[in-house]
Amino acid sequence: MKRADRAAVWFVLPSLFLVALFSIYPICASVRLGFYRTILMLPWLGEKFVGLENYADLATDAVALQSLGVTLLFVGASATMEVLVGAGMALLLNESFRGRGLVRAAVLVPWAIPTVVSSQMWRYIFNYRYGLFNFLVFGRDTSRYIAPLAEPWLARAAIIFADVWKTSSFAALIVLAGLQTIPDELYEAAEVDGAGAWQKLRRITLPLLKPALLLALLFRTIDAFKVFDLVFVMTQGGPADATNVLQFYGYKKIFAEGMIGYGSAIAVGVFLISLALALLYIRLIGARVLEPGAAR
Amino acid sequence: MASLTVQNISKSFGQAGVIKNLSFEVRDGEFCVLLGPSGCGKTTLLRIIAGLEEASGGTIVIGDRRVDTLAPRDRDLAFVFQTYALYPHLTVAENLAFTLEVRGAARAEIRRRVDETAKTLGLDGLLARKPRELSGGQRQRVAVGRAIIRHPKLFLFDEPLSNLDAALRGEMRGELARLHKRLGATILYVTHDQAEAMTLADKIIVLDRGAIQQTGAPAEIYHAPANLFVAGFVGSPRMNFAEGAVNGAGLFIGEDCRFDVSEMLPDNVKRGDTPLTIGIRPEDLTIAADGPAAIEGRVEIVEDLGSDKFVHVASAGRGWVARMAPEAPLKPGGAVRLRAADGKLHIFHSGRRIGR
Repeated sequence: MKRADRAAVWFVLPSLFLVALFSIYPICASVRLGFYRTILMLPWLGEKFVGLENYADLATDAVALQSLGVTLLFVGASATMEVLVGAGMALLLNESFRGRGLVRAAVLVPWAIPTVVSSQMWRYIFNYRYGLFNFLVFGRDTSRYIAPLAEPWLARAAIIFADVWKTSSFAALIVLAGLQTIPDELYEAAEVDGAGAWQKLRRITLPLLKPALLLALLFRTIDAFKVFDLVFVMTQGGPADATNVLQFYGYKKIFAEGMIGYGSAIAVGVFLISLALALLYIRLIGARVLEPGAAR
Repeated sequence: MASLTVQNISKSFGQAGVIKNLSFEVRDGEFCVLLGPSGCGKTTLLRIIAGLEEASGGTIVIGDRRVDTLAPRDRDLAFVFQTYALYPHLTVAENLAFTLEVRGAARAEIRRRVDETAKTLGLDGLLARKPRELSGGQRQRVAVGRAIIRHPKLFLFDEPLSNLDAALRGEMRGELARLHKRLGATILYVTHDQAEAMTLADKIIVLDRGAIQQTGAPAEIYHAPANLFVAGFVGSPRMNFAEGAVNGAGLFIGEDCRFDVSEMLPDNVKRGDTPLTIGIRPEDLTIAADGPAAIEGRVEIVEDLGSDKFVHVASAGRGWVARMAPEAPLKPGGAVRLRAADGKLHIFHSGRRIGR
């Protein structure tokens, strides 16, 4: 090994240690726990190796399947909307106007707020007695106030909306970076060629932005699959499991019901889905689809 | 095709005036080159004519239509960018077709024109390729193709050859000249490369610090530069200059040289103490075998280019460059006596050309 390489090892080691401690070890532990039946309330049963039984149960667990459905709905709706809203924001922020720097910073504020805090805020907004939502919809007529987080579809919409509000700016950031790689000269060439604003957007910007949009969509999809704190704070998975996303279901199984093995199996399931998406993403990079002007 | 008339165009960024009240004309079918050093405002001027930048004042007329208030798309011109600005996500054919498509041309017409343009520029085999799969020269050709496909009234070229290597640049120069001849196009072409300007132009406009220094045919610019800037900027190696004054006998006396200018000096120039600058091109310096020498010095360096020798001569602490035939018997360190070829001196007074 060359001297420089040996030095590099020492630089990498600390972060490698942290990754091992906080990522690799928990993942391995979860995978191991997923093969056992361990129930906290029944300690006398001990840790019993059950092979794939937890996973077999999971496949036929109606609540788990319903949770998967809710999760997919959440992922699909929030990731799509975040990329759309983010793209709109990015297009706006890419224009030059007075105070752009300030607006750019302001747009990032929701993203900078810890999810637990912003979720709490949204919980207040959707409160059934003094929430801003009710006030905006019904005004002072408190007799007509509803409890949005107690209505299945409104509750789902609420967590999706809260997520879109919070993370669209992250998507916007990625799209903005993509926008800034498009040289001004292409737009100038298009202008001389005769393209109007709409044609420039449709024929130049969007095709060249595809890699960035794809990237944003992938990042958001992976992240949305792991949604937990939003649901934990706003709905606790309710009403009647209407917002019971997979991660939250796994959490409930482990910490509320003490089903360590079964909950771990759920966590491993979510991990595998995220991993698959991440691998897809890496492959796309490898296939150079994410480079401007590559794919059509 | 059409003529271009630019009148009183100015442009300033903040306090700095980049272009100062410029006026010139490019005749129908003329190949006009805007020549100047970097930062002289030539690209800005081109972009103003294209409508990509707004002038602070002035008018632009193409043909008989005033265009300075129109959007770029409505000016009926084409712009070839220094970086080509090809659409990276589109094939060569789509790049060529773009302008026709956005202007709503019929599909059959687009196809016909793409084929025609590809044939003209030898792009036939490349139509399905993306720009990144093309060589520099091919990209350049596509950029030109995108300009000619629409048959615009005016072509604007912004240093189109500066990203090519030397050999390719020479080749493309020839191609552009042929293309101009065949299309009879009106072209305004920006470059800082005097070889391009000299070989391509019908007319050269030399620009410096946002002002026109001289307008004329290439030969005129070269043989009768209007001022010290043009004299020094055009020509390689650079023209030799010497400062001094003319005595009563009509002999220019500089620090380390003397030239007989009695026949060239206009009568209204006072002999005696009028400060003058003499310019002489390297190829106009020859060896003074016998008779009076203008310069006496020592050979410092000989650059042998094969076809020529550039001889650097040191005399009284400053340098002269002479361009000699390859067989000239000069060696570094040797003494040398130089004289000016007859009638080849350029005389400048306060920066401007005087005399014949």
